[in-house]
Amino acid sequence: MIALTINGKQHTVDVVSDTPLLWVLRDTIGLTGTKYGCGIALCGACTVHLNGAPVRSCMTPVSAAAGQKIITIEGLDSRVGHAVQAAWDKLEVVQCGYCQSGQIMSAVALLSGNHKPSDSDIDSAMAGNLCRCATYQRIRAAIKEAAKQLG
Amino acid sequence: MSEIRIVNESRRHFLQAGIGLTLAIYLPLGRAASSAAKPGKAGSAAAMSETFEPNVFVRIGEDNLVTVIVKHLEMGQGTYTGLPTLVAEELDADWSQIKVEGAPADAKLYNNLFWGPMQGTGGSTAIANSFEQMRKAGASARAMLVAAAAAEWQVPADSIQVKKGVVSHAASNRKASFGELAVKAATQEVPAQVKLKNPKDFVYIGKNVSRKDSKAKINGTAQFTQDVRLPGMLTAVVAHAPRFGARLKSFDGARAKSVKGVVDVVAIPTGVAVLARDFWSAKKGRDLLSVAWDESQAFKLGTDEIFSQYRILARTPGAVAHRTGDAEKSIGRAAKRLEASFEFPYLAHAAMEPLDCVVKLDRDSCEVWNGDQSQTADQNAIAKATGLKPEQVKINTLYAGGSFGRRANPDSDYVLEAVHIAKAIGGKAPVKMVWTREDDMRAGWYRPLFYHTLRAGLDADGNLVGWQHRLVGQSIVTGTPFEGAMLKDGVDATSVEGAANLPYAIPNMLVDLHSPRLPVPVQWWRSVGSTHTAFSTEVFIDEVAHAAGKDPYHFRRDLLKDHPHHRGVLELAAQKSGWDKALPHRDGVRRGRGIALHESFNTYIAEVAEVTVQPDGSFSVDRVVCAVDCGMAINPSIIRAQMEGGIGFGLSAALYGAITLKEGRVEQSNFNDYPLLRIHEMPQVEVHIVPSVANPTGVGEPGVPPIAPAVANALFAATGKRLRKLPFDTSELKII
Repeated sequence: MIALTINGKQHTVDVVSDTPLLWVLRDTIGLTGTKYGCGIALCGACTVHLNGAPVRSCMTPVSAAAGQKIITIEGLDSRVGHAVQAAWDKLEVVQCGYCQSGQIMSAVALLSGNHKPSDSDIDSAMAGNLCRCATYQRIRAAIKEAAKQLG
Repeated sequence: MSEIRIVNESRRHFLQAGIGLTLAIYLPLGRAASSAAKPGKAGSAAAMSETFEPNVFVRIGEDNLVTVIVKHLEMGQGTYTGLPTLVAEELDADWSQIKVEGAPADAKLYNNLFWGPMQGTGGSTAIANSFEQMRKAGASARAMLVAAAAAEWQVPADSIQVKKGVVSHAASNRKASFGELAVKAATQEVPAQVKLKNPKDFVYIGKNVSRKDSKAKINGTAQFTQDVRLPGMLTAVVAHAPRFGARLKSFDGARAKSVKGVVDVVAIPTGVAVLARDFWSAKKGRDLLSVAWDESQAFKLGTDEIFSQYRILARTPGAVAHRTGDAEKSIGRAAKRLEASFEFPYLAHAAMEPLDCVVKLDRDSCEVWNGDQSQTADQNAIAKATGLKPEQVKINTLYAGGSFGRRANPDSDYVLEAVHIAKAIGGKAPVKMVWTREDDMRAGWYRPLFYHTLRAGLDADGNLVGWQHRLVGQSIVTGTPFEGAMLKDGVDATSVEGAANLPYAIPNMLVDLHSPRLPVPVQWWRSVGSTHTAFSTEVFIDEVAHAAGKDPYHFRRDLLKDHPHHRGVLELAAQKSGWDKALPHRDGVRRGRGIALHESFNTYIAEVAEVTVQPDGSFSVDRVVCAVDCGMAINPSIIRAQMEGGIGFGLSAALYGAITLKEGRVEQSNFNDYPLLRIHEMPQVEVHIVPSVANPTGVGEPGVPPIAPAVANALFAATGKRLRKLPFDTSELKII
């Protein structure tokens, strides 16, 4: 049994300890907002926050997340989180939408530690998140818009 | 309850010309008995269910919500916003009261009007084929709401106004919401004729109404196939053959079954499926399978051998796709002759959501959850595989996490695989089949590999007098439902689209085609034939312009006198990019600007790309100016998004995209060896939409084709090197 704190809620899961956090979130707990895209941390669709830092849950063994603060897209309830989601909506970033949970989690992590990210800050924080629809131009603009709203 | 169906008769016969516009309202088959009692009425059953269903596209409830049933897949291109916009416009609904629901699979009610009796999404047709249909659906509903209010208030219908979801009568100061009128509206006569708005009165069309799928995709609640969870559901991961044409010989599932969570291991026509309580257990089990394959009939050639054979084929004439004058003779006599060849690899669609499908199979029904791009074909294929009737197959179309054509598979490949797994376990549990990224990448159904040769002749004054274009590549439509309409005299229209209809005024032109058959499965991939024809034609015309000593923009423009749409976007892109001003110089790097023009799916696009090339050959695409003429702009924000995204998608292919084979095995597996464009590589894209009152055309695909040639032409302008092979080999641009 492994104890997890996800979005402020306690969960005890009966899974093999090397199971990636992604599949525990999706299949065991039922939080399907975090997506599977590649399985080897190349696309960022599975990005969640572990103690505030963005991690790829597809390569994070559930045992490594035990006892730590896990936040998924469903539990994004911070001022920064709301500003990012509002900017995403305002600028109509999404197309197919499959990668966007991960994009938003990476953007929130960036803005939580850097209130005025430069273009190159955005590049380094977001380069691990693929978008096949190539919504990148609006992602960049939405991050800047959220930064502006956060003041 | 009876429902009406509005059919654009003129477009029911796919690709038949010369039929005028006829709109008709049909009662759906199978409901005739109940409808016959009250012909032409929406029926009293509607009152009982407390909803008003004026037709199969609109449902209005007493809760004042208007549900628009969308027959096309939402895969990012905006159908769940665009089609409801058309309804809301004519209904005069408030945008906030509009809800969207995916249509069930039903070819009689929800067919693509450009495809005859087939429901499906593709060829950038969603808005174009629905334009009249959805507006009429909204207008009919509006007329019935107005009739209900007129009856209620005892006033003439033409004295009633509808605005933003409110029906009102000014003289008597009465008003009602749609919800308040819904029950009464359901008893009104279905109007035989409805008048559509004058475009000058549009309140939603042409404005940026908000995307209906935005919020759910931002907060993680949007439901993709991957997210479906059913009671007792098992997840299946499949071991697939290592080569195309290989077959399962034998397998040992003992080790797989020892994995905690694994429930079953079954053989299916395409391999061996491991079923488990969750994905991770199923994948672990799959990786522990011992499988022996019979590869005696498998395809064992590599990409290099295929290109070698194609080069030999290209020396002989192919099936003629277009002939004007005598190209051979005119080029033979020309003062200056040019010749070039172009190479294009196989490409995977690589949507972010790997292929998946959920199937619940019972004795007399099969229910499917899928981001389905081709409902009718899938429904028929499932019926055949299960022995059920098509109407016993229910398809729930969910959001697709990208598709780009892949989820409209001509063989229903991944859908049938899921069905076969459900069959193999006797339907004892619902099955969610999930392909790993590697399964998705290696499964075939690629954009075909192509080899092109082009020749051109210029006279002594630099006029283009002859053009000869030969293409070699597998046919996509052969064996698909589109074969009858799109394969003529040995020419697959999708192989030569964009080449056979080259718009430039060239007196002598020959385009011919070889369509070799190979066991590598191929499929339509966002913008189909234009993915390669735009590149070869637009790079070669650039070469011809330079050989003629002319500016590549002006050279093209002069050849487009009879093509105002092409010329219009070309001029707009040139003007907005500042074509006639030199790019600012930067020390230590080479810079250049390139232009390309291409029409696909009746949408005209020109793109100007600006590049900066480093001494080591690496380069960035800094800025792209895109001019698009897609008829009437329904939603400018979505049009811009599709151009931005199409350009990014095309750049992925130009910079990196290649599926290669070695001894028949696919060499790529994941995003490490099949890279996609990342955020730092995305250019600044500026989109300019040509104002138009013509009927709208599609925007999902046409943004893709012009970008690769625009960049290649910009690289030539910067470096003097012509890159004629995709993806680009930047080592050719090295100067250190």
